[in-house]
Amino acid sequence: MNETYVDILVIGAGPAGLAAAQAARESGIENLLVLERENEPGGILRQCIHNGFGLHRFREELTGPEYAQRDIDAVRAMGIPVECGCTVLSVSPERVVTCVSRTKGFRVFRAGAVILAMGCRERPRGALCTPGTRCAGIYSAGTAQRFVNLEGYMPGRRVVILGSGDIGLIMARRMTLQGAKVLACVEIMPYSSGLNRNIVQCLEDYGIPLLLSHTVTDIRGRDRLEGITVSKVDENRNPVPGTEIDYECDTLLLSCGLIPENELSAGAGVRMSPATSGPMVSESFETSVDGIFACGNVLHVHDLVDHVSAESLKAGHAAAEYIRGNRPGGETIPVCDGEGVRGTVPQSIRKGAAGPVDLMFRPSGVFRNASAVVENDGREILRKKAMIFTPGEMSVVTLKEENIRSLTSGKLTVRIERS
Amino acid sequence: MMKTDILIIGAGITGTAVARELSRFRAHISVIERGADIAEGATKANSGIVHAGYDALPGTKKAFFNVRGAAVYGNLCASLGVPYRRCGALVVGFDESDRAALERLKERGRTNGVPGLEILEKEALSALEPSLNPEASCALNVPGSAIVSPYELAFAMADDAALNGVEFRFGEDARSVAPDESGAGWIVDTGSSRYQCRAVINCAGAFGAELHNMISPEKLTMVHRRGQYYLLDRAETLPFSRTIFQCPNAMGKGVLVSPTVHGNLLIGPNAEDIENPLDTATTPEGLSFVLRTAQRTWPFLSVRTNITNFSGIRAHLNTDDFAVGAVSGCENAYEAIGIESPGLSSAPAIGEYLAAMVAEDMGLKRKDEIAAYVPGPKPFHEMTGEERDAAVRSNPEYGNIICRCEVVTEAEIRTAIRRPVGARTIDGVKRRTRAGMGRCQGGFCMPRVAEILSEELDCGILSVTKDGGASRILCDTVENMLKEAGRDE
Repeated sequence: MNETYVDILVIGAGPAGLAAAQAARESGIENLLVLERENEPGGILRQCIHNGFGLHRFREELTGPEYAQRDIDAVRAMGIPVECGCTVLSVSPERVVTCVSRTKGFRVFRAGAVILAMGCRERPRGALCTPGTRCAGIYSAGTAQRFVNLEGYMPGRRVVILGSGDIGLIMARRMTLQGAKVLACVEIMPYSSGLNRNIVQCLEDYGIPLLLSHTVTDIRGRDRLEGITVSKVDENRNPVPGTEIDYECDTLLLSCGLIPENELSAGAGVRMSPATSGPMVSESFETSVDGIFACGNVLHVHDLVDHVSAESLKAGHAAAEYIRGNRPGGETIPVCDGEGVRGTVPQSIRKGAAGPVDLMFRPSGVFRNASAVVENDGREILRKKAMIFTPGEMSVVTLKEENIRSLTSGKLTVRIERS
Repeated sequence: MMKTDILIIGAGITGTAVARELSRFRAHISVIERGADIAEGATKANSGIVHAGYDALPGTKKAFFNVRGAAVYGNLCASLGVPYRRCGALVVGFDESDRAALERLKERGRTNGVPGLEILEKEALSALEPSLNPEASCALNVPGSAIVSPYELAFAMADDAALNGVEFRFGEDARSVAPDESGAGWIVDTGSSRYQCRAVINCAGAFGAELHNMISPEKLTMVHRRGQYYLLDRAETLPFSRTIFQCPNAMGKGVLVSPTVHGNLLIGPNAEDIENPLDTATTPEGLSFVLRTAQRTWPFLSVRTNITNFSGIRAHLNTDDFAVGAVSGCENAYEAIGIESPGLSSAPAIGEYLAAMVAEDMGLKRKDEIAAYVPGPKPFHEMTGEERDAAVRSNPEYGNIICRCEVVTEAEIRTAIRRPVGARTIDGVKRRTRAGMGRCQGGFCMPRVAEILSEELDCGILSVTKDGGASRILCDTVENMLKEAGRDE
């Protein structure tokens, strides 16, 4: 089949892909293409009609669609082609990309660089192994959000939410505002994985109880959901007999975590991190496969879209530099998770890299008045104190250029130290 | 009153096999099904194994139909375009008493006429299946064991039957079967309809004994034996290339670990006798038993990649055998009940046997012409680049990917709804196309599948159901709910 060459092919026109494309164009890449499987650009922001987006990047409080529109407008103004309704089917290690769309059929591209920006998906019920029946009325929070916000349909009237991820919290408020009764939000961990502001504004403001250290232990209803049982869990997350609470409800929304959507990355042979479920990348967001970059939620799940955009701008610039033949040289220093830290990104830093470089990670638990410590070969090179480290919010420590220059062989470790 | 020559009760793997075979004869045939679709009972929730036939006791109906069914399976599936793979199986033993049991199975298999059985020793096992527990000391090698997609076979047989004139009616629950006072036949009442038929065939799965006992003086007792499963995500390389059984026991063939025809890994079932034949819930005890037991086969088993759990119910008769043939003490009444394992393996042979018997008793003539069932095109997911290109050129709807995980196109979903016995529900689309079968379990595609269903069936999206009955996926429009809540200003 005929191959069309592009310098940079961006997969996904959500906030990550749109930011990466802008940065690549700003860095002088003309032959650039963004492919998007949905019929419109904007990604999952299109259905996030609540506000709170953009405080960091635009110093304004925007809704999801408003935030997306800024990037869409910018990309249009720059004349970057964004093709919607086009699903990428495969990416090869040689950066041959196949895709299909209704209007243009099946096509093959060969790309100088590929930027993976496919986002993430929600963890479904099956991944939780929750027993009970398999009736209608059990949806991921994002699916319900799409029905309510984009299509104008209500999935149910009496709702329990399992998991206190941000989408679940947002949907607790949305369902309440639309006239449904949200009975409870149930979280298996002793803390919420959602942003604190969402717990206050979406649950507390509406009197919706948040049951920490609880989970759903039974699901009833043959055709449509009729009720669920919630039980307290012990420190090993096993249900405690005798603590059962029954809820009569017709809807159970799941907000139990997001998983980077890396089917294409895996097909390209990109090495994956078990901690993030995303590709392992260098400080310039390049994966283990030459010329394939990754950014946004496909790399690791973010809390704030502002951070997705910031990261993706860097990835876009780096891909443009790659096309020009400019790559940081020097020894590759691996970055490892130490105590209290999970999924540090990037997973490696080249000594020749320009600074600053953000080391992003999730604390593995709640730590109060603690410090994030970066060590190189056992030598402390950076320390950052914080009132609280929590798994619900991604933490960042920034390596300055002089930190990077001073690195010696051996690994970098990020850990949390209690005071 | 609906009149038909032959009424088949139940549209599972057995009912559809019988219907397909009978559709070759000149008669008016109807199939009634209590569920919303084909394959709603045990057919949609079982291990998907075509057993070679070593397990059933010689001389039983199970042995007879299993061996005959297994022999025709490959050709049948090929002609109907149904996924089937002869992947082989190992029945694994861990100690000397297991070894003795395996020897007995081998002997039984030889008596039943199963070719190729042999006992393998420890050393051979690790070479064949490196993920197998190294503590396994021996195994019965069953090269003829195969895997199949059971509901897809039932769909294809139903479509073939429908093409040849068989009528399918859903949501029809046979509540009573009684002799027709006006002639030699039967009246079947479903609450919503009454059917007058010359002959009735009971393929009612979990309800088989209940219907049998309505008409036969010889009563049967049926036990509902539930089995729970884990289904793990597809992977480039699965840990096992064969179906791995442990030694069978009185309750069944035990917990297996098996690849599926779609590249997933299936783990289960347990066996628990339950009261309610519709209670397909999974339980913490059942699932944890399956997990613990399967870890004996595969010590590194983790359910981290689990995508769904389900359970199915085997219809076990107290006779410990199938009941296939004329219903004792009745005329013009036939049955295929107690079709537990190896029922899937046996279904094609049962269909053939029962259809021949009914046709002969009723003096039916073969049709001169049979409408040829042509399997649908290759799934988009399996096409080469050139084939995909050609597919989108012929129908642009192939260019619209609806299900990301399983790469299912709009064209395939519309085709599934337009099949002779087409999908009417979200689950119906899922089982016919695999849209929603993948790792996100329909999170992304379900709203779009619902939309396509509502277009194709010309109904509002609010009436789209997951699986018929009261399983509507949506309750109302946002607008109406707001009005109801008095917040419409």
